[in-house]
Amino acid sequence: MANPTTEQHGLTEHSHGDVSKGEPVVPQSSRGDRFTSYDVDAFEVPGGREEDWRFTPLKRLNGLHNGTAAAGGSASVDVKESPEVRVERVARDDKRIGEGGVPADRVSAQAWSAFTEATVVTFPKETRTTSPTIVTVTGPGEGNAAYGHVQLRAEAFAEAVVVVDYRGSGTYADNLEIVALDGSKLTVVVVHDWADDAVHVGAHLAKLGRDATLKHTVVTIGGSLVRVSPTVTYGDKGGDAELTGLYFADADQHLEHRTFVDHAVSNCRSNVVYKGALQGEGAHTVWIGDVLIRAAAEGTNTYELNRNLVLTDGARADSVPNLEIETGEIEGAGHASATGRFDDEQLFYLQARGIPVDQARRLVVRGFFHEVLQKIDVPEVRERLEAAIEAELQAVGA
Amino acid sequence: MATLEIKDLHVSVVTDDAPKEILKGVDLTIKAGETHAIMGPNGSGKSTLSYAIAGHPKYEVTSGEILLDGEDVLGMAVDERARAGIFLAMQYPVEVPGVSMSNFLRTAATAVRGEAPQVRHWVKEVKNAMSELEIDPSFAERSVNEGFSGGEKKRHEILQLALLNPKIAILDETDSGLDVDALRVVSEGVNRFRANGESGVMLITHYTRILKHITPDFVHVFAGGRIVESGGAELAARLEDEGYVKYTGKQEAAQVS
Repeated sequence: MANPTTEQHGLTEHSHGDVSKGEPVVPQSSRGDRFTSYDVDAFEVPGGREEDWRFTPLKRLNGLHNGTAAAGGSASVDVKESPEVRVERVARDDKRIGEGGVPADRVSAQAWSAFTEATVVTFPKETRTTSPTIVTVTGPGEGNAAYGHVQLRAEAFAEAVVVVDYRGSGTYADNLEIVALDGSKLTVVVVHDWADDAVHVGAHLAKLGRDATLKHTVVTIGGSLVRVSPTVTYGDKGGDAELTGLYFADADQHLEHRTFVDHAVSNCRSNVVYKGALQGEGAHTVWIGDVLIRAAAEGTNTYELNRNLVLTDGARADSVPNLEIETGEIEGAGHASATGRFDDEQLFYLQARGIPVDQARRLVVRGFFHEVLQKIDVPEVRERLEAAIEAELQAVGA
Repeated sequence: MATLEIKDLHVSVVTDDAPKEILKGVDLTIKAGETHAIMGPNGSGKSTLSYAIAGHPKYEVTSGEILLDGEDVLGMAVDERARAGIFLAMQYPVEVPGVSMSNFLRTAATAVRGEAPQVRHWVKEVKNAMSELEIDPSFAERSVNEGFSGGEKKRHEILQLALLNPKIAILDETDSGLDVDALRVVSEGVNRFRANGESGVMLITHYTRILKHITPDFVHVFAGGRIVESGGAELAARLEDEGYVKYTGKQEAAQVS
């Protein structure tokens, strides 16, 4: 079988599959072949060399990955809902649980196997909620570990905005199911504003019905180690997923985001934009952007972009876009990734107008995040994040 | 009254290899109320002179002095120079994504004036200045220079000139890339700024056409990294006829043919 080269269809080395010759090429490790299971024991304990764990410092997971994390602690899930919204605490045998998807890594399966109660937040059909629903997840406290499960459920033609706010201390692993049924419009803003000690490994399992729209935003600013893996799948045509991310890593913070958009049905759209800033010794961010366009997903339109702004020495940003295309009959597919330092010319220009260098840097960083911030249409959250970014920048006098 | 003195200025450009000397002893004094045109062929070092005065990190001053009202400019950071009253209208204004023009202008004015302008007066001031330069008000909410045409960028440089009202304005090829209408609008902006008589202008240009709109008091020919001839407005007329061939040995027109 011919080894596809980049020249053949002008894609970059990240792309696999030789669509131009019409022969199916199985990539070395297609995202589509990734093992999934609800059962933690079905997964090997990761050793650190596996493709999906190689960027994560396993030693800092406090045993979430190998079963040694004592699940003695308990995290709280509090919901402040809009009046139309239904909030239920259900057991794991509730038939709705699992509709969002299946865990694709051991920690996600561990959380699935270990959670005791799930919170299901339902946005009733053909209803537009009047105010944002706020789900606050508070960690189990320093030295404790806990597992959790939340499902956000937009019934047919529902329109809703929900904020999931992670706070507090401790070690936590969870699955956040996002079920957007036919014609629904769901906006989900997930904020990781953990205390400095917190370790959090989370999976978002999103499934979009026919013509459903998901605006999904992840913001990660707090925590010692945060690893979030949002996966989007489509149940029917016309699904539209907008995935936005913003992260700001300080010294010794490890912030990892792994998005996966699985286009298995035709005529769906996805757009991924993640932007991060890093400062301080040992600040590490990882962005892995997987997009898979399966053979049946004709008419797909997808784009993904990651930008990182490295503000000081000693910080490291990893950025890996992976685009797999198994059909040539698509509308568009692309990706872009760039990591850089401050643009000296921008700083010079602002300084040449009298603006002191510290302030000029803040303007540039704020400008860098602007594109992502303006997409957050929950004003309280947006303002809180703007303030948090200011505080980050003040902290080092950048 | 403001005075900018440049004395025996030598400047090298910092490259990956060895530094390369571009300016080889520039002497020039600009006083308030005076407009000095600096004319010269491409590569003569005109832009280097403007960047060196503004303090661009790529250019290293190896010897000489720049004084603004007797104060050592070379000892100042880029932003200090701007706050001291030096303004550089750039040949290639820089795009700053995500920072709105209105935020940028207000931040700059606050820095240069030493206090935040009162909101009500400021809004009116910006609106008037924009309308004088025939800039659509919608530009206030756009990112700084992002996606602007060449002419739009140059109008916004002059907008900043008007709002920051410096002691010394250096206009680096502000006329390049402008069509006839834009050249008129931009020139009128510069002339309004000059009219107060309290500021000096250094007008760097390759061509003579902007000098038909902005009459210089002095014209200096720049070649090989220094001023090789100085005169009045009549020197510009001669350059238009003769070009720079006398100074470079090469045929290069000083007018748009």
